[in-house]
Amino acid sequence: MSGATAETLDAVQSASGDSYKYGFFTDIEAETAPPGLNEDTIRFISAKKEEPQWLLDWRLEAYRVWLKMAEPHWAKLKVAPIDYQGATYYSAPKQDKDRPKSLDEIDPELLKTYEKLGIPLREREALAGIAVDAVFDSVSVATTFKGKLGEMGIIFCSFGEAVREHPELVRKYLGTVVPQGDNFFAALNSAVFSDGSFVYVPEGVRCPMELSTYFRINAANTGQFERTLLIADKGAYVSYLEGCTAPQRDENQLHAAVVELVALEGAQIKYSTVQNWYPGDAEGRGGIYNFVTKRGICKGDNSKISWTQVETGSAITWKYPSCILEGDNSVGEFYSVAITNNLQQADTGTKMIHIGKNTRSTIISKGISAGRGQNTYRGLVRMLPKAKNSRNFTQCDSLLVGDKCGAHTVPYVEIRNPSARAEHEATTSKVSDDQMFYCQQRGLSKEDALALIVNGFCKEVLKELPMEFAVEAQKLLAVSLEGSVG
Amino acid sequence: MLEIRNLHARIEEDGREILKGIDLSVKAGEVHAIMGPNGSGKSTLASVLAGRPGYEITEGSVTYQDRDLLGLAADERAREGIFLAFQYPVEIPGVNNMYFLRAALNAVRKQRGDKDLDAGQFLKAVRAKLKLLDIGEDLLQRAVNVGFSGGEKKRNEIFQMAMLEPKLAILDETDSGLDIDALRVVSNGVNRLRSPERAIVMITHYQRLLDYIEPDHVHVLSGGKIVLSGDKNLATELEKHGYAMLGDAA
Repeated sequence: MSGATAETLDAVQSASGDSYKYGFFTDIEAETAPPGLNEDTIRFISAKKEEPQWLLDWRLEAYRVWLKMAEPHWAKLKVAPIDYQGATYYSAPKQDKDRPKSLDEIDPELLKTYEKLGIPLREREALAGIAVDAVFDSVSVATTFKGKLGEMGIIFCSFGEAVREHPELVRKYLGTVVPQGDNFFAALNSAVFSDGSFVYVPEGVRCPMELSTYFRINAANTGQFERTLLIADKGAYVSYLEGCTAPQRDENQLHAAVVELVALEGAQIKYSTVQNWYPGDAEGRGGIYNFVTKRGICKGDNSKISWTQVETGSAITWKYPSCILEGDNSVGEFYSVAITNNLQQADTGTKMIHIGKNTRSTIISKGISAGRGQNTYRGLVRMLPKAKNSRNFTQCDSLLVGDKCGAHTVPYVEIRNPSARAEHEATTSKVSDDQMFYCQQRGLSKEDALALIVNGFCKEVLKELPMEFAVEAQKLLAVSLEGSVG
Repeated sequence: MLEIRNLHARIEEDGREILKGIDLSVKAGEVHAIMGPNGSGKSTLASVLAGRPGYEITEGSVTYQDRDLLGLAADERAREGIFLAFQYPVEIPGVNNMYFLRAALNAVRKQRGDKDLDAGQFLKAVRAKLKLLDIGEDLLQRAVNVGFSGGEKKRNEIFQMAMLEPKLAILDETDSGLDIDALRVVSNGVNRLRSPERAIVMITHYQRLLDYIEPDHVHVLSGGKIVLSGDKNLATELEKHGYAMLGDAA
């Protein structure tokens, strides 16, 4: 970033008094597709990525389905019209023709960006036990600890690389959990996705470190459409984390990602997200539109998928990480904290589809609304006729900070098997003046008091996060609530 | 240490005047008992001193360590050494009691210019105070006041007080709802915390607390004013004659 740009940004940031510390922009040479969306755009992306014909065909098929679909409006969200033709669908940091062989060949500006984000890409500096894949705008720029993982047969690489190096795996599983035409945003993603992460953990292998992807939107007017595909073969275990940030801009930017998880017999996948996209300013200007489709299938018996999410960012969050419990005795879990402050809106929850016998699911959702934020939990629990003796437990708590925000709970329960049971508990509470005064009387500032109370409220979910993320998430909750107590 | 002059306060919500000209002077090392019938303004006085929102000061002044106390926010007062033992300690679900206490202690220490205690030092301090107060460790790993019995809540308040080492401790009806054993534990705790640098203001409805914690001064509050002041014998008088005797004094 040039000195002048940095100064301007600093000035703007201090003037707006904004606390979003990831709002900087990196001045980097990028290769960008012309704005607009048509079959040529898709061919451009596919050609840039040197993809095989089958994948281009798959994208075009998705695009043709997308054209016939309508933007969904059933969520409790007010969304400004999205100009799909005005956006740019591909932006990649320009690199020398040959891809970088090592981090030393990566643009130093990029490395600096990730340093600012607190994500060390150099392995010697990396947090012990976390392998990182960094996705900058449309492409993956670096994956760490690849060699070490490779020795165990674990594949952890960018999606693009997986298409080149492991086409048989990608082809076998791509779109099997979230088909191209699943929904409007998933179809759009299928047509234009640019990169993302790919993970394969072979049979019987327990992945020894946390795998992590950090997503960063940098370029203006550019949508980010990444795609993550994670496969845990029989008896495998993997814990995967993703984090996201974006620069502070006045216009809204679209993020429409797809995540597919496949757990084969006896496999376990733990998928954690700390979503901190730019939320917009106090007046609701700017911020990311986060329309994401995440779904996992417990394909084999005795498999387990666990989603944990902490959603603090984005102007709009539309996201329902779900589990299809196909294998007998399979387990699905969803732990969620969603915060909306100022004019943020979130409509989030999960779907638990019980197909196999003795399948079990747990849903713990904690929604926090502050400022004029609107927070909706929307969840579906469906027990199909063969899901004998299946169980669901849902707990859905809402916490209100102030009196201008809203919390909404929309549970759907469908049971088509007499031996299946679903339990639903819901509470709504306010941060009480008594709690605030009690904390303050013990010496805590208003902000610290609120952060403490909110962290206590979210504890059941936060304890599901891997340690490094739990600390970050706690701090994020505090930052997200800044300005919500007078 | 604390000078209250002609203090008038009313409830913001309905404008009802509760305190109608309180005068009180408390020096370091002293223990004052404030007694009085229900509705006399005892708890309001405690709230106003601690800075609880919802009250409006309409007249008078409060000076604490030569500073205008009323100009400070509740958390600033706490960090300056004012501690209120709550009549109804508040539950904070999901927040570990130890974690809460450490956050509070470090906030207070920061104000004093002391360094944060690390986990080891903190635990050591906790153990020492527990021993001093004869309190078990059972409360430490539970969420703040959640599911605590009445006695446990009050013990926890005194334990917090011991850890935070306030200059001015205000005990609001700390004896209410305690059985005789719990009262003994809590009183012993308070007595051990008496020191020449620390002032204690006890608010109570009953004289029995004063059997365990002997005050230097006793004041009787009625109708928002202090109508009688004396030494510990005043409490015995009150016990004998009841608050009805105030009819003549007021």
